[in-house]
Amino acid sequence: MAAVATTETGARPVRAGRRPSIPGWVGVVPFFAYVGVFLLLPTGIVITDALKNSSGGWQLSAIGDLGNPLVRGYFIGSLKLCVITSVGGAVFGAILAYAVACGNPDGAVRRLYLAVSGVLAQSGGITLAFAFQALLGPVGLLFHAGWFYNFPWGISLIYVYFQIPLMVLIFMPAIDGLKVQWREASENLGASAWQYWRHVGGPLLAPAFLGSTLLLFANALSAFATIEAWESQIAYTVPQQISTSLNSEVGLANVNYADVLALGMMIMVIVIMTGYALLQRRASRWLR
Amino acid sequence: MSKLITAAKKEGTLNVIALPPTWANYGNIIKDFTKTYGIKVNSANPTGTSQQEVNAIKQENGTAAAPDVVDVGQTFAVGNASLFAPYQVSTWSSIPASQKQASGLWYEDYGGYMAVGYSSKFGTITSLNQLLGPKFKNAVALNGDPTSASAALNGVMMANLAEGGTASNIAKGVAFFHSLKTAGNFSPVSATGASIKAGTTPVVFNWDYLNLPSYVGVSNWKVFVPPHAVLGGYYAQAINKNAPHPAAARLWEEFLYSQGASDGQNLWLQGGARPVEAAAMTSNGSIDKTAASALPPVSGTPVFLTQTQNSGALNYLVANWAKAVS
Repeated sequence: MAAVATTETGARPVRAGRRPSIPGWVGVVPFFAYVGVFLLLPTGIVITDALKNSSGGWQLSAIGDLGNPLVRGYFIGSLKLCVITSVGGAVFGAILAYAVACGNPDGAVRRLYLAVSGVLAQSGGITLAFAFQALLGPVGLLFHAGWFYNFPWGISLIYVYFQIPLMVLIFMPAIDGLKVQWREASENLGASAWQYWRHVGGPLLAPAFLGSTLLLFANALSAFATIEAWESQIAYTVPQQISTSLNSEVGLANVNYADVLALGMMIMVIVIMTGYALLQRRASRWLR
Repeated sequence: MSKLITAAKKEGTLNVIALPPTWANYGNIIKDFTKTYGIKVNSANPTGTSQQEVNAIKQENGTAAAPDVVDVGQTFAVGNASLFAPYQVSTWSSIPASQKQASGLWYEDYGGYMAVGYSSKFGTITSLNQLLGPKFKNAVALNGDPTSASAALNGVMMANLAEGGTASNIAKGVAFFHSLKTAGNFSPVSATGASIKAGTTPVVFNWDYLNLPSYVGVSNWKVFVPPHAVLGGYYAQAINKNAPHPAAARLWEEFLYSQGASDGQNLWLQGGARPVEAAAMTSNGSIDKTAASALPPVSGTPVFLTQTQNSGALNYLVANWAKAVS
């Protein structure tokens, strides 16, 4: 009760004149410092170094490497892998999330499911690749899958293993946001299940679905350890080729080339983000 | 020499980098050096690559943690000579002239020949073409991506030589790996001690000193160097010109290049590597004969890739490797 008393009666009134004046922007300094150091600064370094040659002079020709058919091949490889695993992960993840959301909201199944998804979404890397290799690889415990080393299908299977649970986690809140009353209202008006999803549920979930798919895409784009542990004798994707450009012992090491590839990945993400923003603007029209 | 020892002992510490303890006997070499001179050895990033060694010299320049000495692939020694201090060890004349930089900026230290290591469950391999047979399904692995790892590039080059190719044109080697892939025998898992123990990579192309049963940790492991495909590769020592412990660095080189029974050259040999002074030591009788006879036998003249041959092979691999094996 003491606390209430002080606030209610104003036992310690704020004396306006004595309070040190701290400008409002001070509050956001930690955030901008963090973003500056860990996002803007590295981005700036990558962009400027992509425009330099190995002796430090400026050059624009390196950017032209992005048009080289070999380099394009790495981007196409990354794109294939990301599209397959983000669309596959999003579709299956959304269905699973819907199935779980339909159950008892406080039930053990749901809680167990979310807990397990939380763990599996963070799995990946060397351990996951090794687990699949032990199961389906050349001396697999289960059997040897002949397509295990087929790109992109073999590695897609491994990626989807963490993409689906991630989708469940990030898409669940959107499904929970669908009110039962909307479904009931559309059924009262004679809508079929298809019509409900086509005109009500689908459009409502579309922005969240696309946003989640984008997140899965970015998740797959930047993944490196998993594919490197899956196989490391052929570079299929951009991150693998960046590793080669940083570590090659036989003469391909070129930091600026690695920066050019990283810049290409940024462009990829920017294009997708822009597309997503446009889609969401359109989708949000009927959410107002 | 005694002045050098005094100065080095005063510094008390030596920074080395990228020396795995199981690689070419480095674990014992470091231990013996410390035991002999009482100098503490800081071993940074033991699993690092030559490129990372060079990066460390540049990035840690001027700090007490900078590497004093490096052990890098030959191309790195040539390409970064400006980072090194010239030094000629007292056994300088025992190093063949083609294996050292004249003023002593770098000098090759040990090396080996590219070899096929394989599980003895396959019997005895006498020719590379046997590897195309059905019992080698998913079995044959390189040690990395040949556009990145030196051991992998040389693995393809060795197959190239065995298939009748020349050091200037690696196409036959890539074609051999394409046939392996078509036969379903190529394994894209990078071979490591763990993958060999697990049985995932029962046939591995790698330097002979990294392909020994003792190194891979598997007793039923055999090594085979194909006739007339003897491809050599050497590492090189160099001293950082801004070494934080310059005397200890020089004493370390003296230790590595001494020919006594428990000195560097014989210690490398005991680790399965071929020390650069081996020829001189064979003629002066200081070589450890037991260790020398344990090395895999080779027949034919060893080939060493020149800088031009290396970059020619690399250019061909960049354009054709992924296509051939995926």
